[in-house]
Amino acid sequence: MTSEPILSARGLVKRYGRVTALDHADFDLYPGEILAVIGDNGAGKSSMIKAISGAVVPDEGEIRLEGRPVHFRSPLEAREAGIETVYQNLALSPALSIADNMFLGRELRKPGFTGKWLRKLDRGAMENFAREKLSELGLMTIQNINQAVETLSGGQRQGVAVARAAAFGSKVIILDEPTAALGVKESRRVLELILDVRGRGIPIVLISHNMPHVFEVADRIHIHRLGKRLTVINPKDYSMSDAVALMTGAKAPEEPVVA
Amino acid sequence: MSEPHAAPRSGSDYETVLTGSPATVAAFDTHEKGALQKVQHFLHSSPAAVPLIVLVLSIILFGVVLGEKFFSAFTLTLILQQVAIVGIVGAAQTLVILTAGIDLSVGAIMVLSSVVMGQFTFRYGLPPTVAILAGFAVGAFCGWINGILVARMKLPPFIVTLGMWQIVLASNFLYSANETIRSQDIAQNAPILQLFGENLRIGGAVFTYGVIAMVLLVALLWYVLNNTAWGRHVYAVGDDPDAAELAGVNVRRMLISVYTLSGIICAFAGWTLIGRIGSVSPTAGQFTNIESITAVVIGGLSLFGGRGSILGMLFGALIVGVFSLGLRLIGTDPQWTYLLIGVLIIAAVAIDQWIRKVAS
Repeated sequence: MTSEPILSARGLVKRYGRVTALDHADFDLYPGEILAVIGDNGAGKSSMIKAISGAVVPDEGEIRLEGRPVHFRSPLEAREAGIETVYQNLALSPALSIADNMFLGRELRKPGFTGKWLRKLDRGAMENFAREKLSELGLMTIQNINQAVETLSGGQRQGVAVARAAAFGSKVIILDEPTAALGVKESRRVLELILDVRGRGIPIVLISHNMPHVFEVADRIHIHRLGKRLTVINPKDYSMSDAVALMTGAKAPEEPVVA
Repeated sequence: MSEPHAAPRSGSDYETVLTGSPATVAAFDTHEKGALQKVQHFLHSSPAAVPLIVLVLSIILFGVVLGEKFFSAFTLTLILQQVAIVGIVGAAQTLVILTAGIDLSVGAIMVLSSVVMGQFTFRYGLPPTVAILAGFAVGAFCGWINGILVARMKLPPFIVTLGMWQIVLASNFLYSANETIRSQDIAQNAPILQLFGENLRIGGAVFTYGVIAMVLLVALLWYVLNNTAWGRHVYAVGDDPDAAELAGVNVRRMLISVYTLSGIICAFAGWTLIGRIGSVSPTAGQFTNIESITAVVIGGLSLFGGRGSILGMLFGALIVGVFSLGLRLIGTDPQWTYLLIGVLIIAAVAIDQWIRKVAS
């Protein structure tokens, strides 16, 4: 890789009581790529992702976005910096509508007096934007953008969450197990969506346990083990069983990481 | 993008058969629903409909049974006067319950604030407006403490407000030395304290300022809850606090602001209470906390948070008011009222559970 990483981390440490979830972990994401992050349960993938998306504050280490050090204290700060995350639980409010959910925490207010002084939300604009983004991504045919998210199927909810990230993520999109709860066809749609988003030039971090999905879409695979990055492999040079062997410790990496 | 073969790399072998399958992956469910499901859907999207229907039916019922005696402008507005305090405190309770909390200290905060308003005027000789502001400050402070304990210390709202209820009530008795300030003294020296007892007469209808204030407060909060970001965040936090946090809502600040606002509204109820009973009494409003929770529950708001409308709370309070006055006019034992209200509470929660099934 010749270009500079758009998002990188060095020496991240996070401890929960006596458990060390992150033990000097490193991370690099290059522009325009899909980087898959794999690792066994408890390897610290989630903690690392939470650290770079602002959901947890690491005890030590440095995170750089476009070469500049950043210190996120909340997901909102990471979002403002251009990093959007789709969490495994999707972070949707079931009783709120699709449009409300897409704009949760970044609502649009009406221009002029009603917005400034009465703090009135611009529902029309938010609904149009939500409808536009969802159909643009080809994810669903919307009947009613105001229907509650809890009335949607699992795939539809995933679609709303991914559409929210794709609509607002300006620099990096992080997807945590986006296909874990989906059926075969719905998974396919989400994978296409991931490739589509990359096609627009936005790099993606994909956390997944699904090896066929990872090997299909990823440009590079970051293997996490025992709280740190074990190695980064190219899916073209390795088989799925190699990756599983590395991830579980059955095999040692051939060379140390050169990121 | 809509067909799998458009992807840059082909999928796994087992997926190739998908090209032959229908492409309507995530289309919305449009199949015909039964009449009952339609009702369920309607009630799911309009949470205040059930209490409104019950309210209208009960007014018609008592109107038919009692005739003119009940169905007059005077009697109907009397019901409004009787529910004004519960309606205002219920508005505070609604905010807290929407965040999946509960506030048992609302009644106590209301009484303490009214006592502060009275005592600051009569014991320290402060101008009544200053005393009223002090009452609001006390209400806000109590609510803020609740909010800090719930949001920062992560203590369960039930426990926090159960403790706060006792603390505030005891402070109220200690501070007031159990003394009542007489109505005549207030009317003579500080009539502004009784402001909300004044009224507006239109024919036989009597609207006290307290009633008007309650209606305006509920209307204002309805607007805020539905049309501002803060309002949508109240629902989001009650629905799923973790999801709201990850979506970018500052949950702690939200909870503290809700409990503080609840305290301020309770102080306002305290001011209205002076207008309603005329005097400042540390023993007034003993059951307001339970009555406000009753109004909220009958109003179809979910105690698990995130669901329901503040209008439902108002209808719930009115249903209780209609039953209380209606049964009293019929001349039954007042215990029947409590029995019926008990039935209504359980029925309301049962209906809430049924409506929620629409989600699954």
